[in-house]
Amino acid sequence: MIITVYSCTNEGARAVPLAGHVGFDSMPDQLVNKSVNHGFCFNILCVGETGLGKSTLMDTLFNTKFEGEPTQHNQPGVQLKSNTYELQESNVRLKLTVVNTVGFGDQINKEDSYKSIVEFIDTQFEAYLQEELKIKRTLHSYHDTRIHACLYFIAPTGHSLKSLDLVTMKKLDSKVNIIPIIAKSDAISKSELTKFKIKITSELVSNGVQIYQFPTDDETVAEINATMNGHLPFAVVGSTEEVKIGNKMVKARQYPWGTVQVENENHCDFVKLREMLIRVNMEDLREQTHTRHYELYRRCKLEEMGFKDTDPDCKPFSLQETYEAKRNEFMGELQKKEEEMRQMFVQRVKEKEAELKEAEKELHEKFDRLKKLHQDEKKKLEDKKKSLDDELNGFKQKKTAAELLQSQAQQAGGSTTLKRDKERKK
Amino acid sequence: MRPLNLEGYVGFANLPNQVYRKSVKRGFEFTLMVVGESGLGKSTLINSLFLTDLYSKDYPGPSLRIKKTVQVEQSKVLVKEGGVQLTLTIVDTPGFGDAVDNSNCWQPVINYIDSKCEDFLNAESRVNRRLMPDNRVHCCLYFIAPSGHGLKPLDIEFMKRLHDKVNVIPLIAKADTLTPEECQLFKKQIMKEIQEHKIKIYEFPDTEDDEDNKLIRKIKERMPLAVVGSNVVIEVNGKKVRGRQYPWGVAEVENGEHCDFTVLRNMLIRTHMQDLKDVTNNVHYENYRSKKLAAVTCNGGVDISKTKNQMTRSPLAQMEEERREHVMKMKKMETEMEQVFEMKVKEKKQKLKDSEAELERRHEQMKKNLEAQYKELEEKRRHYEEEKSNWEAQQRILEQQKLDASKTMEKNKKKGKIF
Repeated sequence: MIITVYSCTNEGARAVPLAGHVGFDSMPDQLVNKSVNHGFCFNILCVGETGLGKSTLMDTLFNTKFEGEPTQHNQPGVQLKSNTYELQESNVRLKLTVVNTVGFGDQINKEDSYKSIVEFIDTQFEAYLQEELKIKRTLHSYHDTRIHACLYFIAPTGHSLKSLDLVTMKKLDSKVNIIPIIAKSDAISKSELTKFKIKITSELVSNGVQIYQFPTDDETVAEINATMNGHLPFAVVGSTEEVKIGNKMVKARQYPWGTVQVENENHCDFVKLREMLIRVNMEDLREQTHTRHYELYRRCKLEEMGFKDTDPDCKPFSLQETYEAKRNEFMGELQKKEEEMRQMFVQRVKEKEAELKEAEKELHEKFDRLKKLHQDEKKKLEDKKKSLDDELNGFKQKKTAAELLQSQAQQAGGSTTLKRDKERKK
Repeated sequence: MRPLNLEGYVGFANLPNQVYRKSVKRGFEFTLMVVGESGLGKSTLINSLFLTDLYSKDYPGPSLRIKKTVQVEQSKVLVKEGGVQLTLTIVDTPGFGDAVDNSNCWQPVINYIDSKCEDFLNAESRVNRRLMPDNRVHCCLYFIAPSGHGLKPLDIEFMKRLHDKVNVIPLIAKADTLTPEECQLFKKQIMKEIQEHKIKIYEFPDTEDDEDNKLIRKIKERMPLAVVGSNVVIEVNGKKVRGRQYPWGVAEVENGEHCDFTVLRNMLIRTHMQDLKDVTNNVHYENYRSKKLAAVTCNGGVDISKTKNQMTRSPLAQMEEERREHVMKMKKMETEMEQVFEMKVKEKKQKLKDSEAELERRHEQMKKNLEAQYKELEEKRRHYEEEKSNWEAQQRILEQQKLDASKTMEKNKKKGKIF
C-alpha cells in the first residue's frame, strides 16, 4: 500500500477538550487493518562481489531457501537478477523482492560496474513516476518495485574499503538506503574487527558517503536505533546449516576450532541486522525511499523536463498553468518545425525556378543567335539572288542589244543586199 | 511470484506495529462537511458526535448567524484521545436551502470541495513537494428534514450533484419527531427514491471477516440513519445519559432503539473513518484529477476515440506521443511536398524541352527553306549559265559567220565581183 505521507498541519486548529470517549483512538488500528488486508511490500538489493555470501545471508535472514545457484566469476558485466516471493507470518503477508548483483567486482575493468545498478534503481523510480503522472492511475494497487534497502557487502579484508566499494556507494547513496555490512566476518578476529569497523566508518565519512541511519525521532525506538547506529557496519555470518549446541539446533558454521553461531551476538551482528532491518525499521526504510530518494529522483527528472514551480515573476504555478505552458511551448516548437520545413521548400522552389528561368533564357539566347545566323544567311542568299538577277538582267540586256544589232544588221545587210541586188540589176 | 514457507520466526509480522507507531507519531486529520437547512440540529449533532463544544459562545455555530447567501465555513479543532491526535475540520454550509429561491445553492459547496481537490492536486504536482496537508472533504453528512414523506427536490438535486465528488451519507435529522413505524416507512421511501435517481451514497466496503460483514449488513438495513443529537445529560433510571427531555419521556441519544446515533458514531469515527479517507483519495480525488488533466491534455477538443487512449498516459507521455505523431505528419508532408515539387519541376522541364524542340523544328524548317531556296538559286544560275554559254556559243558562231561573210565579201570585192 502506497501511503502518501501527509503532514498534519495544525495551523489554525484550536485544541478542545473532549467530554468523553469519542473513539477516534481506533484510527491507527483502522489504518493498520487496512494495510494488513492490503499486504506489504519490501524490496532488497544486495550489492557485493561474487562469493561474499549474499544469497546465503538472505536465506538466513528470512529463514527460507530462495532460488538461485552460486554464480561463477566469469560474468562479462554486472547484471541484476530480481526474484519476488510471497511470504506470510501470522496474518501479515509480505511481497519480498530480492535483487542480486551478478558479476559485481569480477571484471578487470570495473569502472562501469556501478552503472547497471544505478540504472536499475532509476528504472524502478521511473516506473513509479510514470504511474504517478498518468491521467487515469491506480496508485493504491501499484506493485512498488522501488528498492527500499541496499545491503552493501564489504569483503572481510580487515584493512579498509576497496576503491570499488567507495565509488559504488558514493553513486548509490543519494538513490537508496545503504546498509553496509561486513560479509563472512568469521574470517576476522574481534580486535581486527573493531579496527576494521572504525576504518570503514572513517573512510565513509571522509568520502562523504551517506549511509542509512536508523531513525531516532520516535521515542519508542530512539534508544535502540541510536545504539545500533553505533554498531554499523554490521559484521555478519550467514548459514542455513544447523548444528547441535547443547540441546538446541542452531544455525551455525562448524570449524575444527569451534562453531560460529549465527544468532549468537558475541559471534556476529546477525541478530542486530535482522532486528534493525526487519523487526524495527522496515517501514521506515520504505518511507525514506518514498519521501526522500524517490522525491529527489522525481524533482531532478521534472526539472530536466523543464518544469518549474514558479514562473519568472516568482508566482506559483498551478498544475494547469504548468501543463498549459508546457503544451504551448511544445505546440510552438512543432509549429516552428513545420514553418521551417515550409520555408525550406519555398527556398528550394525559388532556387529551382531561378535555375529553370536561366535555362529558358539560355535557350532563347541560343535561338536568337541561330535566328540571327539564319537572317545573315538569308541576306547572303538575297544578295546572291540579287547579283544573279543583275547578271541575268545584264545578260538579257546584252542579248536583247545583240539581237537588236543583229536584226539591224540583218536589216542593213538586207538593205545592202537589196542595194547590191539593185545595183546588180542595173 | 512464489509463495515460500518460512522455517522460523523472521519478524516482519512486526510490520503492522511499525505502521501503527508511525501513524500515531504523524497524527491524523479528517474533514467532515455538514449540509442541511437551518434548524435541523447539525451543530448539536457535531457536538454530540465529538463530545465537545465545537460551537460554543466564543465560537458560535452557523445557526446563530443569519446568512442571506450560502456560505461555506470551516472550523478546525485539535482533539486528543488515547495518545492519538486528530485534526478535525468541520465544514458548515449556513444558508443552504434557506432562501426562497434555492437554485444553485449547491454551487458554493461544489466549489469548496473542488477547490480543496485543486489545492491537493497542485501540491501533489509541484516539483518540490514537501508538506501535503490533506484538506479534502472526506465525508458529507446530508441532513434530511423529518417530513415523513420522502425526499424534497432540493435533497435529490444536491445528492445527485455531489455523489461523485464526495462521500455522501444522508441522515434523517431530528428523528425524535418520528415514530418507529413512520421512521421505517420514511427510510424505505428515501432509499427507494435514492435508487430511482441513481444516487451513489457512501457504501460500506465488504471485509474478509464474516462477523464484520454481518454487522455491515445490519447497518446497511438501517440506512439512512435517523439521528438525534444532544449534549444535555439527564438522569434516567439512575443512569446518566445524554438525551432530550420531553414531558412524555426522554429520547436517549445513545439508545439504539430510540435512534441510530450510535450506529452513525461507530461507523463514522470508530470503524470507517480511514475508509472514508481512502475512498476520497482513491475514487473522488482521482476522478477530479483525471478530469482536470484530461482537459489540460486535450486542450478543449474532446475526441472520444482519442481520449480513451490518452487516459492511460500521463500528459507528458501524451505530449511525447503527439510529438511522434507530428514527426510522422511532417515526414508525410515532406514527401508530399517533394512529390509536388518534383512533379512541377518535371513539368517545367518538359515544357522547356518542348519549347526547345519547337524552336529546333522551326529552325530546321527555316534552314530547309533556305536550302531549298539555295538550290533553286543554284538551279536558276545553272540554267542561266547554260543559257548564257549557249547564247555565247551561238554568238560566237554568228560572229564567226559574220567574220566569214565579211571575209568572203572582201574576197569578192577584191575579185571584182562586187561592182
